[in-house]
Amino acid sequence: MSPYLTSLIAIVKREALRFVHQRERFIAALVRPLVWLLVFAAGFRAALGLSIIPPYQTYITYETYIVPGLCGMILLFNGMQSSLSLVYDREMGSMRLLLTSPLPRWWLLLCRLIGATVISVLQVYAFLLIAYLFGIDLPPMGYVAVLPALIICGVMLGALGLALSSIIKQLENFAGVMNFVIFPMFFLSSALYPLWKMAESSPLLHDICAVNPFTHGVELIRFALYLDLNLPALGWTVLAAVGFLMLAMWGYDPARGLIRRKG
Amino acid sequence: MKYAISLIALLAAGALPAAADEIWVTNEKDDTISVIDIDTLEVTRTIETGERPRGIIFAHDYSVLYVCASDSDAVQVIDPETGEILHDLPSGEDPEQFVLHPDNRHLYIANEDDAITTVVDTETRRNVAQINVGIEPEGMAVSPDGKIAITTSETTNMAHWIDTETHELFANTLVDSRPRHAEFVKDGTELWVSSEIGGTISIFDVETQAPKGKIEFEISNIHPDRIQPVGFEFTNGDTHAFVALGPSNHVAVVNAETYEVEDYLLVGRRVWHMAFNADRSLLFTTNGVSGDVTVIDVAKRKPIKTIKVGRFPWGAAFRPTN
Repeated sequence: MSPYLTSLIAIVKREALRFVHQRERFIAALVRPLVWLLVFAAGFRAALGLSIIPPYQTYITYETYIVPGLCGMILLFNGMQSSLSLVYDREMGSMRLLLTSPLPRWWLLLCRLIGATVISVLQVYAFLLIAYLFGIDLPPMGYVAVLPALIICGVMLGALGLALSSIIKQLENFAGVMNFVIFPMFFLSSALYPLWKMAESSPLLHDICAVNPFTHGVELIRFALYLDLNLPALGWTVLAAVGFLMLAMWGYDPARGLIRRKG
Repeated sequence: MKYAISLIALLAAGALPAAADEIWVTNEKDDTISVIDIDTLEVTRTIETGERPRGIIFAHDYSVLYVCASDSDAVQVIDPETGEILHDLPSGEDPEQFVLHPDNRHLYIANEDDAITTVVDTETRRNVAQINVGIEPEGMAVSPDGKIAITTSETTNMAHWIDTETHELFANTLVDSRPRHAEFVKDGTELWVSSEIGGTISIFDVETQAPKGKIEFEISNIHPDRIQPVGFEFTNGDTHAFVALGPSNHVAVVNAETYEVEDYLLVGRRVWHMAFNADRSLLFTTNGVSGDVTVIDVAKRKPIKTIKVGRFPWGAAFRPTN
């Protein structure tokens, strides 16, 4: 077997094992979006009158609206979680072990990213299953069509996590990631409210949301769930994924990267 | 050569799209009718009418369309092919809802401001009778055998039973507050009357005019005051009723045997009336405040599309084109 494939399988397996062993993490990852869906959205059900926007063909409940955003939320938190575990790996020394492998560093990082994305996507499907049981009705083929969108969005957010992990010095700094990355990315996006609603409150807020790559990831998922392709969202998500990935590669490059400065 | 011409003619005929059936919707504030193509679910024509069009019915042979132009104080007769207004009928003042007798000739019209029901002969274009009913008459129905007509009066809160031969009231039955719509079902053995403010549908046995049941509605997260039943229609075999619930923005699906509400479907804002397509697989609801029509897949009980029409769509009627 090619050493490349061996390393891919090994790293994905390690990610999967880590995930299986941390059942609380799996439950936490599911509970978070479910709380939003069943508590937050239920409260807003009557309050928010949503006008019909693509890809929707008719009026939808607020619960239905926020499902793609909550899929994005799972991917976002998991992407950041994987950055957290990278920092942990670095502190524990297993990162050094990994990076001393004769294989190119970009490949190792890519394997890591693929592993994290696989786990994220599985979690999203678990969430979609529970949402279905609670009566969120999506087109049956949408569950299949959304897979590529989830992978692209998962890779984009995982790459962001990788890039961030190269600059986070210690595990404790993760709170900063929460405050300055996860929350702004999630709240300043179309995950909870459509962009036209944001524009009603502030055009500036709308513009910030419109350039947020997370918005495009969520819209890509939203359209795919309804068997539609949002090309601009796809373009922006892929562009962001490539950008974050390059930043991560640069960050982990011992010659130039951010990692060198930290010793 | 002859064959070639026939072939070309055949191909041309095949290439021409067969005209799809239509749903006609009156737009109360635009003084227009929007015509929806049932195949494409798009508005294909907009037809000018008199002022404030509300009730809308086709003749049983679909040769003409009748529209209550309430503020023009007339029922207008329209050619469905051209959209041209052919003539007005003397409807009495402020006609709102009406019903066409099975004889395809007599219209029973509720005159909201005058507390009367006017009977108009569409052939002679004359008033045949004016029947005194309760205050603010609105809902109109006629039994399948044509012997009984019903007028509901919104302020008197009654269903008035009219003998269509004598044009006399032979019974009055109390219903809940603000009755808006009435329908005979199950071969004319039952009468259903919706009460907008009361939030109920009352069911009567037609033979005895005795109450038979009452349907109440409840939607989680929506205040009961907003649940206001108005128009309703029955599926094939009268097994289920789809009931428009006004500003609750939902349509209820009611089992017509058990009188239990089985489902609530989200549609546009302030839904009042509705019409089925030919095989009753699709239902079109008029959503007044949001100015659109929601299409419901009846078998799946799922809204599939919402179509923008004019301002304040009110009534809807089906027109086959083949």
